[in-house]
Amino acid sequence: MIRFDLSRRFFRVWQRNFVVYRKTWKIGFIPPLLEPLFYLAAFGVGLGVMVGSVNYAGEKIPYTTFIAPALIAVNIMQSAFFETTFASFVRMFYQKTFDGMLATPLSVDEVITGELLWGATKSAIGTFLMMLVISAFGLLHYPGALLLLPIAFLGGLAFACAGMVCTAIVPTIEVFNLPIFLFITPMFLFGGTFFPLSNLPAWAQIVAHTLPLTHLVELCRGVSLGGLRSHLLYSLLYLLFWIALFYPLAIVLMRRRLIK
Amino acid sequence: MTETPATPLVHAQNLRKEYGAMTAVDGVTFSIRRGECFGLLGPNGAGKTTTIRMLYGFTPRTSGSLELFGTDCDGSWRTIKSRIGVCQQDNTLDPDLTVVQNLNVFGRYFNLSRARLQTRIDNLLRFAALDNRRDADVRGLSGGMVRRLVLARALINEPELLILDEPTTGLDPQSRHQLWSRLEDLKAQGLTTLLTTHYMDEAERLCDRLVIMDQGRILVEGAPSELINAHVGRTVIEIMAPGNNIRTLLQEKSVAFEDLGHRLIVYHRNGEELYRELISGEYREGCMLRPATLEDVFLRLTGRDLRE
Repeated sequence: MIRFDLSRRFFRVWQRNFVVYRKTWKIGFIPPLLEPLFYLAAFGVGLGVMVGSVNYAGEKIPYTTFIAPALIAVNIMQSAFFETTFASFVRMFYQKTFDGMLATPLSVDEVITGELLWGATKSAIGTFLMMLVISAFGLLHYPGALLLLPIAFLGGLAFACAGMVCTAIVPTIEVFNLPIFLFITPMFLFGGTFFPLSNLPAWAQIVAHTLPLTHLVELCRGVSLGGLRSHLLYSLLYLLFWIALFYPLAIVLMRRRLIK
Repeated sequence: MTETPATPLVHAQNLRKEYGAMTAVDGVTFSIRRGECFGLLGPNGAGKTTTIRMLYGFTPRTSGSLELFGTDCDGSWRTIKSRIGVCQQDNTLDPDLTVVQNLNVFGRYFNLSRARLQTRIDNLLRFAALDNRRDADVRGLSGGMVRRLVLARALINEPELLILDEPTTGLDPQSRHQLWSRLEDLKAQGLTTLLTTHYMDEAERLCDRLVIMDQGRILVEGAPSELINAHVGRTVIEIMAPGNNIRTLLQEKSVAFEDLGHRLIVYHRNGEELYRELISGEYREGCMLRPATLEDVFLRLTGRDLRE
């Protein structure tokens, strides 16, 4: 078992990132507002005309309704993962922000925890903004869809932890292309996002179920469509298990990287 | 040990740091008294920064004992760190934040209250002569302003011990003097300071006591003037383009000198006498008498080889 050196001071690290975010929020708000518009236009209007409706959980639903929650899930994954890879790496390596923090009464565990929770927060902010746009098209079913916000935070935390593990081990910033190409992109394409998993061969479905985005998409789609089903509980447990595994791993590896 | 005014602020005993087979700090022992400016000098790779990092809890030590404020560092590192201010060698200012935000955010890492932070920041901005730059982007500050802001930031928690790792490296002479006068003000207020530097004039001017380190060990310890007296003498004679006959002359007089080929450096207790003798002879040109400095001590003890 590892012992965490953690006080509530991690909030100060979160706060630091929030101060920076507030300075540039106008720019930060644009992608989550525009991205769903682009995707819905391209996939919904363009592709959706060819696809029509999709069989999902025994029901026929319009293609745009099918992909809208997946767009949110993808955004949750990307915001958190990018925050704790590229953005954290820049703070750690180029700006020496962590070195500065470690000369104060902050522990490595607190610095990293603050960063991870900030990644999760960014996912939640992005989700909130996307919900505004997608709701305008009537593609979310309320009040169930409100659960997207806590799911965004949880899913964001899961991907933030995965990103931080990468940050702890990459030698240079270019190496992040590897986990993005091998981990993020396959999930983006095959995680039940743009077509139902049941279209895949059985073995590929099994592989997809070992990956976190698949479960995050399940959760987002489940609460957005208004039907809470028991299998969502498995997806939730999967994400909790993922965090229980990758959070301590991120802490241990970051200690190894930062404490010299 | 409990803390009394007589307790040394820092007491390091046999500090060691090994990285695999490499020993960065090889058993150093020193104490820093309350109110003094203590210098840590040495060429590159001497172990200065590693020693400092062990002091402020950034680097875990391999062995040895370390007490700050009369308390063992292992137990209450958080309390100890809240009483220290650190100016790191690298610029760790937050480029994403403005001048005032840098101070504010940093103060919050110490859990300082909003009200206390407000007055503290106003004072520090005035102290650092940055009050007209409150909302400036730190990326646009000059080297001297950056260093003053780093110093102001290190003082945000009203530390009892200020640690400065090469505070004036890369600054122009004006900025160095600006920073020095601020450090002298702080010293006059009774702040204890630990300083590492490559600049001997800086150490001579600021330090009450210092140690010279090389290859992870402490070579000598003392006040700058004591060290100069003990290891060089009061004066130094430099002889440019020396001929062989002067070498013979010095050897006959059994005077210690360093032979750099194109230049001889003579360390002699009675420098003036020898100097008069030399210039009355054939060495009128290219012979120079000057007061001995800490740099002479440093070079004499650590040698003239490059450390890269």
